Parts: sequence; structure tokens; C-alpha cells
Amino acid sequence: MSEFVRNVRLWFAPQEIRQEGGTPDYRFSLANERTFLAWLRTALALIGGGFAVDQFLPDLRWGWRVGLALALLAAGVLCSLRAVNHWVRCERAMRRGEDLPVSRFPAVLSLVVAVVALAMVFVVLVGWEG
Amino acid sequence: MSTPAAAEPVRDPGLQPERTRLAWRRTTLSGTVAAVLAIKTALHGGISVTGALVGALCCVLWLGFLALAHRRIRALAASPEPAALAPRQATVTILLTVALAMCGAALLF
Repeated sequence: MSEFVRNVRLWFAPQEIRQEGGTPDYRFSLANERTFLAWLRTALALIGGGFAVDQFLPDLRWGWRVGLALALLAAGVLCSLRAVNHWVRCERAMRRGEDLPVSRFPAVLSLVVAVVALAMVFVVLVGWEG
Repeated sequence: MSTPAAAEPVRDPGLQPERTRLAWRRTTLSGTVAAVLAIKTALHGGISVTGALVGALCCVLWLGFLALAHRRIRALAASPEPAALAPRQATVTILLTVALAMCGAALLF
């Protein structure tokens, strides 16, 4: 947890990350930036999905609609926070010449998306009956 | 007499700065879609004070996102070997995204 707090401090302190190790090949940094942007797009898609559930499934019961929308919005927030955290960790590992950090997050996100998709199928089927 | 290759900066055959620029463009496009959906939600079912305020906030967030992307794209174009993204820029991008999600959560109730 203290490692996470240290990372959060690094989000706001650009000079601190530059003091560590050497500057990697600019192409590695740009590749890291593109990965960060890809995760950010995933987060934006989840947030857009949250808005879409609220807007385009008006026949759902209030609880289901709000619950699904909030779950998608929360997933988007988590995904974006994790994107910047992972980017900082990768950047620091490259500067120190260490291995890149590994993460369970992609697997967790895949499972969450699968569960939300199944819930959507269930809710749409039940919602049309009721 | 210097050869043209020595005078000009070496161009990356992998087109990394261009790919990064296009990645920023795609991201602003995703941000635009999310912002349009947010504003549609805000103005759904007639204009209320809260809806108008949150809708305006979403517009501001979207403009902030565009400005950030534009600055980064210009930095990428300015040099053949651009510097890495500053952590502060990355953090502000994330904060804008989180704020958009917060607007969404506020509009649900």
C-alpha cells in the first residue's frame, strides 16, 4: 500500500521521476505512452457505456439501470487510475533498467466486463417480459 | 560538404511519434463520444438547472481534454526525438476522465 502512495506522489512530481536512472530510448517511452492511451480509451469506453446504459435502456427497472451504469462508471474510473499508475511504474522500471511490472488487472477487467455483459443479457431478457 | 543524411535528423522508420500522435487522436475521439453521451444524459427530459450545470461542466472537461491532447501533439511534432510524456500531463488527463465519470454518477440520481 505504501508503494501505491509513493506512486501517487510520483503522478504529481515530474522532476522526481527524472532523477532516477537514465533516460531510456525515446521510442520505449512513446510505446509506454501509447499503452497508457489505449487503457485510457478503454476507460472512456466504459464511462461512455455507463452513460449509454442510462440513456438507451429506459424500460429497465430503476435499480438495475442505475446499478449497471454505476458499475460501468466505477470500472472506468478504476481503469483510468490504474492506467496512470501502471504508466508511472513502467516509466520508472525503464529508467532503472528493471523488468517491467506485471499485473493482474487485465484479467480482472476481462472478468468484470464478462460479468457485466452476462448481467446485461439477463436484464434485457427479463426486462422485456416485465 | 555534408551529406543531406547528416544534416537532417534521422527519421525513425518505425514512425513512433506519428503512431503516438494518432493514439492521442483516437483518445480524443473516444473522449468526444463519452462527452456527447454525457451531455445527452444531462439534457435528457427537459433542461433543469442541475442538468445544464453538469452539461456545461462536461463541455469544459472535453475542451480541457482537447487542449491537453493538442499540446502533446505539438510537442511530438516539434522534435524528431520527443521527450517522454510528463507525469503531470498524464495525471491531469486521468483527472479529467474521472471527473467525467463523476458527472455521470451525479446525473444518475
